[in-house]
Amino acid sequence: MADRSVPSSLLLLRRQIGYQNRLFRRTPIAAFFTLVFPLIFLVLFGALFDGIDVAPGLEVDAAQFYAPGLAVFAAVSATYTNIGIGVAIYRDEGVLKRIRGTPLPRWVYMGGVVGSGVSIAAVGALIMLGVGFLLYGIEMDLGNVLPAAVTFVVGVASFSLLGLALASVAPSGQSAPALANATLLPVAFVSNVFISVRNDPPAWLDLLGDIFPLKAFADSFFAAFDPFEEGSAYKPWLLLRIGLWGLAGALVAAGKFRWEPSTGTGGGSQRSRRRGRR
Amino acid sequence: MSAVVVTDLARFYGDVRAVDGISFTVEEGEVFALLGPNGAGKSTVVEILEGHRIRDAGQVTVLGRDPGTAGQAYRDRIGIVLQETGIERELTVREALVHYGACYTRRRPVDEVLDLVGLGGLGDRRTHRLSGGQRRRVDLALGLVGEPDMLFLDEPTTGFDPSARRNAWEMIDGLRSLGTTVLLTSHYMDEVQVLADRVAVLVDGRIVAEGTPDELRGRADRETSIRCRFPGGDAASGRLTDLLGGLAGRVSLRDGVLEVRTEDPTADLHRLTTWAVDRGVGLDGLEVSRPTLEDVYLDLIGGQADG
Repeated sequence: MADRSVPSSLLLLRRQIGYQNRLFRRTPIAAFFTLVFPLIFLVLFGALFDGIDVAPGLEVDAAQFYAPGLAVFAAVSATYTNIGIGVAIYRDEGVLKRIRGTPLPRWVYMGGVVGSGVSIAAVGALIMLGVGFLLYGIEMDLGNVLPAAVTFVVGVASFSLLGLALASVAPSGQSAPALANATLLPVAFVSNVFISVRNDPPAWLDLLGDIFPLKAFADSFFAAFDPFEEGSAYKPWLLLRIGLWGLAGALVAAGKFRWEPSTGTGGGSQRSRRRGRR
Repeated sequence: MSAVVVTDLARFYGDVRAVDGISFTVEEGEVFALLGPNGAGKSTVVEILEGHRIRDAGQVTVLGRDPGTAGQAYRDRIGIVLQETGIERELTVREALVHYGACYTRRRPVDEVLDLVGLGGLGDRRTHRLSGGQRRRVDLALGLVGEPDMLFLDEPTTGFDPSARRNAWEMIDGLRSLGTTVLLTSHYMDEVQVLADRVAVLVDGRIVAEGTPDELRGRADRETSIRCRFPGGDAASGRLTDLLGGLAGRVSLRDGVLEVRTEDPTADLHRLTTWAVDRGVGLDGLEVSRPTLEDVYLDLIGGQADG
């Protein structure tokens, strides 16, 4: 006896997010780089540095700077890096090709990927901030919780779209990790994530960081944790900058996303390609 | 109503006419095979029917709809088993079936599907721990989990060893009882003979023969094949034309093997041996046989399967 109910898109989306989360949980290497790696940085930096200059003459405890900064880094790993690599690998393995042949709406697949990335990003950020609050005694004005949450949502949504763009332009699943790291890590060094470039940096370094969206994300998120912040913790211009990058990512993904493995289309020539990831 | 109606379908890649004006129909509940060598255009045809590739000309109707525009509701009623579709290695067989099944309107119970493809005891195994043949069964199971009216099987046994092929055949044959219409592609004549109700032979984007396997075999029944290694050297080569003119059948010389396909084997065998005896040459490996269906197929595709 067959079940005969039309699956609603919302239910499918929820299932799809759960499915993506399960795939993530069963990929220990991704979990390590997304959740444990930034935590190691937090502990290391917390031990190495006493204080961090967040503006000329203004210093905060290392963890006050690094917990939010690495929360942003974990969030970007969970979205940009994981989505970019994961989707490219599944495309190579023919999983996307299979999905395309099912009645699953394409937007639900994309929604599942992004929804899962966002939820993993939230877990990663909560771990960094939780360790910051509990072990390092970082401080935050309660009134800044909402601005931080809004900033976070704008950031992870945009970086998820950039992840889809990365998967779209990566020639193969094998090249995707290199592409992800080559684009993220250098930018992270000029974006107030690994080191503070807030204390009167050289102009070119400042400009370099301003071009890319990571510094905007880190700065706008840190605003909620900055004890010297006198204005609002909302940074609309920074959010706009992040959002524009997200929009650019969406456009690239819309134009370039592929469901089929990169080598060949149909025919018998690619028969030997059937293999597992080892 | 026919499940599939294809009329004058064409698809070009630049100057290459991958599919060059073909027409066929598949009746409901029928197992129909597209048979042909690599590059004949089989996959292109199937991808057009699945709605994954656009066509340049012709009409296509599957289950009463145009696959090119039908979208999600259409994919709800078809099952697709391709060659290079991966399975998430992180999932167990059961998890994959439950997950993919969830997006169909009709869902066949997972245990029923597992039994159907002979994976009864392996539901809880991770997909990357399965053998190649078992993974192929999961492919088929995923094609069946939505209880499709129409199933596409793209070269279901390519790369299988003989016993795995036989198992797969039994499995596909079992689908007949479900009443599912099946369109399969293959480049094995024997496979098509076992599985298909009707066959279309596709070569260079055109259908060169169509019918039941028995009808195709009928073409063979009229002819007998006389084969021998063709004697080399001056004694024979210059005189080959004498011989050719005298034979009633069609003669081919491939890789040093002479083959005569004839409806009058007695006379042609006499002419051949007389010719050889007169010139004092031997006919090594001389044999007279009824051609197999495989020979008919090779004949149709003009030796392309050698590649």
